[in-house]
Formats: sequence, C-alpha cells, structure tokens
Amino acid sequence: MLIDKNLMRLVKIEDVSIETPTVKTIFFKDSLSSVSKPGQFLMVWIPRKEELPLSVMISDKKKYAAITIKKNGYGSTSLFNKDIGDRIGIRGPFGNSFSCNKALNNVIFLGGGTGLVPLVRLLYYIKGYDSKFTFIMGAKTKSEIMFTELINEWAKVKKIDLHIATEDGSLGAKGYPTDILRDFLSVHKDIDMIYTCGPELMMKKAYDLATKYSVHMEASIERYMKCGIGICSSCCINDKLVCVDGTIFNEIKIQKLTEFGVSYRNKSGILTKF
Amino acid sequence: MDYDIPINIAGLDLKNPVIVASGMLGLSQSIFNRLYKIGAGAIVSKSISLLPREGYRNPTIVSVGNMSYINAVGLANPGAESFSTEISKNNGPLLVSLVGSEKSDFSSIVKLFRDHKILGFELNLSCPHVEKMGMEIGDDLNLVYDIIQSIKKETTKPLFVKVGLGKSDIVEVANVAESAGADGITAINTLRAMKIDIETQCPVLENKIGGLSGSAIKPLGIRCVYELSKSLKIPIIGCGGIMTYSDVVEYMMAGASAIQIGSLIGLKGICSVGKIVRSLRSYLEAGNISDIREIIGIAHR
Repeated sequence: MLIDKNLMRLVKIEDVSIETPTVKTIFFKDSLSSVSKPGQFLMVWIPRKEELPLSVMISDKKKYAAITIKKNGYGSTSLFNKDIGDRIGIRGPFGNSFSCNKALNNVIFLGGGTGLVPLVRLLYYIKGYDSKFTFIMGAKTKSEIMFTELINEWAKVKKIDLHIATEDGSLGAKGYPTDILRDFLSVHKDIDMIYTCGPELMMKKAYDLATKYSVHMEASIERYMKCGIGICSSCCINDKLVCVDGTIFNEIKIQKLTEFGVSYRNKSGILTKF
Repeated sequence: MDYDIPINIAGLDLKNPVIVASGMLGLSQSIFNRLYKIGAGAIVSKSISLLPREGYRNPTIVSVGNMSYINAVGLANPGAESFSTEISKNNGPLLVSLVGSEKSDFSSIVKLFRDHKILGFELNLSCPHVEKMGMEIGDDLNLVYDIIQSIKKETTKPLFVKVGLGKSDIVEVANVAESAGADGITAINTLRAMKIDIETQCPVLENKIGGLSGSAIKPLGIRCVYELSKSLKIPIIGCGGIMTYSDVVEYMMAGASAIQIGSLIGLKGICSVGKIVRSLRSYLEAGNISDIREIIGIAHR
C-alpha cells in the first residue's frame, strides 16, 4: 500500500553522529525518506517543541535516512539535544531535487553551513559519474567545517577537489567560498554546472558569477516555512512557493526571482530586505 | 475562454464561481497574479488584522488522512498597513478577509483598503483557534451586528460574512449578519478539532486545537448551505471539503452561488484551481446547462 507522505510517521533515533560542536546528524529508519531525491526536504517534528524543514542527509543502511541539524533556535536546539532512542515525527519528502546529469563534464559544489547537507547527498549519488568534481565549502571558522572526512573518503576512489574557505582564515583560504569560486571560474573555462546551497547572499554572488561566466547553476533556496505543502505561502519568493516549486531553482528560474538575494518574508509575511 | 463560467454574486461579476478560500496562498500579490492567470474566479486574502501577527509555532498543519487536515496557523498575517502596500497595484478579483477583536479594529482596517482595486471584504467570524478573534466574536450576536454595521459605514464595497459552527446557531448568526447589512454569507469555516500522537502521547499541533478542513467536513458544509439558503435573501458562498467539480455542483444545488476551495490545493497543487473550473465547465456542457444559475438551489424544489 502507498504511504501518504503527508501523514506524519513517528520514527526512533537509531544513531547519532557529531559533525561539529554545534552540528549533529541523526539516523532513523523510514523507507519513504530513504528514497528521497538529493535536495528534497523533510518536515521534522520534535514532540511538544516544534516542527522544522530539514534537508535529507545520507544513510548507507537500506531503508534508513538521516538529517543534519545545527543548534540554533528553539526547535533546532531541541532536536540537537535528542539522542538515540528518542522519537521524532517525519513527513515528506517534499520539494523538487537537484538534476543529476551524467553528461556534465565539470561540476562545482558550493556550500556553506548546513547548506552543505543536500550538496553532500547529491555528491554521494553522482560520485560514480565520469564528471570532474570540485567541492568548495565555507564556514566562519575551522571548528564549523564539516563533512571533510566523508568527502576525503570518497576522494580515495574518485578524485574530488576539495577547497575550504574560512572567514577567519583558521582553515583553508581566508575569506568566502565565493572568492574561491570567482578565482576558479576565471581560470577554468570548462565548468558546466554549479550546485549551491547555503546563505542566500552567498548563492546570489554565485548566481552573478555563473551569469558572468555563462555557467549553468542550481540553487536550493531557503524561506520561512509553515505548511510544507504549498498552501500557507509563508515561503513564497515572487510567484513561486519554495516548498513545492523548489527548493531547487536553476539560473533561468532565478533570473525571474527579483526577490532572490534581495528580500524575504518574515514570520508574519512582511517583505523584508536582507 | 477555458475558465469562463460567468456568475454574478452580490453585484460582483466573477468569471467563474471558484474562489480561493482565505488562508490559502493569501499574502503575496505575485501569487495572486499567478492564481488569476490559472483560472481563479476570485481570491480571498489571508485574514488581515490591524497589526502584524506571527502566528503559532510549527506544527501548524497536520494531515489526518482521507483528504482532510487540521490546522492552527494562528492568523499569521503582515498586518493591515503592510498588506495594503502589498496589494496597492492589484487589478484582479480580490476580497480582503478581515479579522479583529473589537469594532474599531475593523473600521481602521477597512479604511486602509478603501481606495484599492479590490472586489470587497470577507469578515472572518469563524476562525476556531484564536482567542478573542474569529469564532469567539461570531458567538456574540450583538457584537456581530455592530461590527458589520461599522464596516458598512466605511465602505460601499460588498461584505461577505464567513460563519462557522460555533456555539451559536449558524442560521441565527447569518440572519443577524444579513439584518446588519452583509451582502453575502460564506459557509462554513473549519471546525474545532484535534490530533494526538498516541506514541508520544501529546497533541501534534503547537496550539493543540485547530480547525478541521477537507473532505471530512463536506456533508456539514452542504447541510449548512442548504439550511442557510432557506432562510437568507443574500447569496451564499459554499466552502468546506470541495475536491471535485461534483462537490461544486452539490454545494450549488444546496443553494450556493459560488464556492471556495482550500485543502484541495494542499492535496493536488496550485493548478487544481484551474482544473476544477475546467471540469465544472465540461459538466455544464455535457448537461446542456447554458447558465450555471439554473442549478443554484435546485435541491430545494
């Protein structure tokens, strides 16, 4: 029988992996989430606390899935504090996904913060392709850098160029990941796709660079979400609903999104400048 | 045109009787424009209060299966001033939904929209999950009368009053609304409902209690529209659990002149608005019904 993805499933946390002092990956068994496409998200319920939209992370175990959470506000801290054996509610997966195209020759992944989650999941799915992969990640400081072990592990089998930028220069290049991207695009003329997820202003810079160098791009856009199913319009950007029309938008769609990198709706729905 | 099923309701000429209900996709002009383009006969905005409201913490909506939901969004909205700026260039068939806790709130909000190109207003007297707003007002018949009169003093545009199943009898509330000068009635709103997760033993919605919408409430909506149309002279907009053209026809046969859809959009996506209009047109063509008014209230014969 088909499971209605809108109906909440209660799952038990089976394993936990500490990524950084403030970031945790939580593993659970859920067949619907386990087959979600790279870039899709789940609505995750922390009983008596809150419900949050979160990207699906990787789990190697069949029928298992994972989410990665950064301790930040009320809901995310409640989820961060959960441990093995605790129960959470899941609905979804929702939204569209990154395109996975075998014909791409030279691919860049550009991410920051927990925006790395859908990119790492995408890389996991397409790492067997013949394409060249460059992964650029950014964080404020060294302790916030995550998933490097995972990527280095995959890089043993397939060459993946990993570049790191930290704002304080404590690891990798000092500056922003878009600085690395800018330098990279000015030298390499054969890039045919940039996948990006992270702070919107970072993605806006990436979009401007992609436009300048005529490179295709796909960005996962984040907006404040309530329903996750396309009715409350909290997550709207121009005439699109991020939860059902996105979260992934390509450069052609982004071109029409005049609010991208400029403004977002606050919790009450007021259009607010970044 | 594909979406043309002309209907006149309370003096308003709509291109078709399918209206997007309040609370659905209701806060951005860009989304309104998209809805007009894909066939909506009209749109009701989110309920707008005098001041902005952030609403409740998530979860604000929970699916209960059988094409039904329980929601308690908490009347999140940008507030009257911000929303009046948002829709200042509106050219489409928009009704602004109003919510407040006292008489003066409503007249202040209406004043802000007086010069806008909108069809009119819908007064939310039936939101079932926010204290001192919506249903709690709807249950006070004297206050209902006073609020409607104060709104009518501020605008010549039509005012629809959305009634639900609260403590007071729905027909009685609607009669009071009609006598106070309402131009039409929208029936029904969601019904107070709850979902408890039996494993964690706690209510799922952050607000614990919310409003039930979707297929589960359709028979109640049909009954209410049927009873209201026996007693009212003003037109009725039917609302509650409309998923297909046959549900639209059923509401209209019960006495509705137009209908509103909501949960359907969550289940079938934004394009379902146009699809329901097109299938309604096919039904009318197949039945040789040249004017949809022929079926309004036909079940009363």
